[in-house]
Amino acid sequence: MQNYISEITGSDIIAFVLGTVPPLAFMVVFTLFAVWLERKVSAHMQDRLGPMRVGWHGSLQTLADFLKLLQKEDIVASATDKALFNIAPYLVFVGTFLAYAMLPFTSIYIGSNADVGIFFVLAVSGFVVAGLLMAGWGSNNKYSLYGAMRSAAQIVSYEIPTALIVLTMIMVYGSMSLNDISVQQAGFIWDWGIFGGALTGIAKFLIIPFMLIAFIILFISSLAETNRTPFDLPESESELVAGFSTEYSGVKFAMFFLAEFANMFLVSSILVVFFFGGYQSPIGYLGHLLGIDWLVPIEQTFWFIAKGLFFVFVQMWLRWTLPRVRVDQLMAICWKYLIPYAFFNLLIVGLILLI
Amino acid sequence: MLTEFGKIFIFVLVGIGFVGIAIVTAYLVRPDRKTKEKLTTYECGENPIGSSWQKFNIRFYVVALIFLIFDVEVVLLFPWAVNFRAFGFYGFSVGAIFLTILFIGMLYEWRKGDLEWDRSKPIIPNLNLDISKPNKEDPKAE
Repeated sequence: MQNYISEITGSDIIAFVLGTVPPLAFMVVFTLFAVWLERKVSAHMQDRLGPMRVGWHGSLQTLADFLKLLQKEDIVASATDKALFNIAPYLVFVGTFLAYAMLPFTSIYIGSNADVGIFFVLAVSGFVVAGLLMAGWGSNNKYSLYGAMRSAAQIVSYEIPTALIVLTMIMVYGSMSLNDISVQQAGFIWDWGIFGGALTGIAKFLIIPFMLIAFIILFISSLAETNRTPFDLPESESELVAGFSTEYSGVKFAMFFLAEFANMFLVSSILVVFFFGGYQSPIGYLGHLLGIDWLVPIEQTFWFIAKGLFFVFVQMWLRWTLPRVRVDQLMAICWKYLIPYAFFNLLIVGLILLI
Repeated sequence: MLTEFGKIFIFVLVGIGFVGIAIVTAYLVRPDRKTKEKLTTYECGENPIGSSWQKFNIRFYVVALIFLIFDVEVVLLFPWAVNFRAFGFYGFSVGAIFLTILFIGMLYEWRKGDLEWDRSKPIIPNLNLDISKPNKEDPKAE
C-alpha cells in the first residue's frame, strides 16, 4: 500500500508517514470504542445499564470523557522526578504503537514488513515495562511505586511462557513474520493454526491438542501482560487506587489509558494470527466469488478486527467472572505451571514436526 | 527507498509526535491554577509521610534476575526455531539439549525456593483441654 501511495504522491517519505496513519487511527478509534464496550459489558453483566446519556446508549461517552481529560489541569506533584514523570507516557505509548507496525491488517497493508515480526513485538513490549517503572518511580507515590513494581514483575515473569509459546509457533510456521504466518493459514476454517494449519498427513491431527495447550497458555499469559483480571494486581483499585498512573492527570493519563486498551487488542490479534488464521476468512471470500479484487482486502480487515474484538470481549467477560489472584498464586501459576507445560509442549511439537 | 526498519523509525517519530501534539493541545486549552495543596503527593487525603523512594522487597530483584537468564537464552533459540527442520533430528536435538539444560537450571531454582513468594503463614490456634499439662504451643509456658 505504501508503494501505491508513493506512486501517486511521488514521494517515499509522504507515503511512509501516511502508512503510519491506519494503525494510529485504528488505535484511537478502537480505544474510544473499547472503553465504551468495557463499560457496557460490565454493566450488563451486573444487570445495570452503564452509560446511557451521551449519544445512543452512551456511545459518545468516551469522546466526552476524552474532551474532559483534555481540559483537565496537568498536576505534576512537587515531589516527583519531573524528567522520568514526563517521559514515561511517551515510552509507554510509543512501545505499544511500534508493535502495531507489525500487525497485518490485510494482505496488502502492513506497517513494516520486517522479517523479525513477532520477535520485534516481544522486544518493543520491553519499552512498556520500562515506561511503567519510570512512571511508578518518578511519581514518588507509594501506590504508584507498588503498582509499577508489581506490574513489572508480573509482565517480565509472563514474558517467559509467552516467549516459549512464540518459539513453538515459529517452529510450526517456520517464519517470524506475522504476514507470512497469516498467508500459511489461507483457505477455510480447518486451515487455521489451531486445527493444524498448513501441516499435512498425520502430523496435522497429532498437533491439534498441543496447539490447544499452546493457545491456552498464550491466552493466560496475554491476560497477565495486559494487567487484566484475574491478574490485575498492579491496578487493583481497592488497594492501590490506580497503580502506576495514580499521580497522572489530564492528557498524560489518557495516553496510559490509550496504550493499555491498544495493548488489549494487540495481544488478542497475536492470538488470532497464531491460532485463528490472522486476516483469513473462515468461509472464503465474497470478492473471489464475484471476481471483485478490491473487496478482498476489505473483507480481510473485517475478519481481522472481528476476531480481535472477540478476544477483547472475552477479556472483558473474564473480568466479571473471575476473582483476583494473590501475588504468590500469580507467581506460582507462571513459574510452576505455565513454564513447565510450555517447555514440554515445545519439545513434543518439535518431535511432531519432524514426522 | 527506506528499508523496513526505516519505516519503523518513522513509526517512532509519529508516535512521539502524536503524544507531543496531544500534550501541547492540552496545554493550550487547560487551566493552570496550581496551589501548594494541589501539588502534594496523593495519599488518600492524608499528609504523605516520607518519600516513597526507599528500600524495596528483594523478591522483585530475584524475579528480574531469573527472567534475565531465561529471556536471554530463549532469545538465542529464535534463529534455531525458524529453520530447525532443515537439519532434521540432529538439528532438533541440539536445541532440545540446550533447552533441557535451561530447564534443569529452573528446577534448581525451584528446589532452592527462589520461586516461592513470601506469603503470610496462618497460625492455627491449638486448644489444649488437658489443664494438668502446660500448653506446648504457648511459648510463655516453657
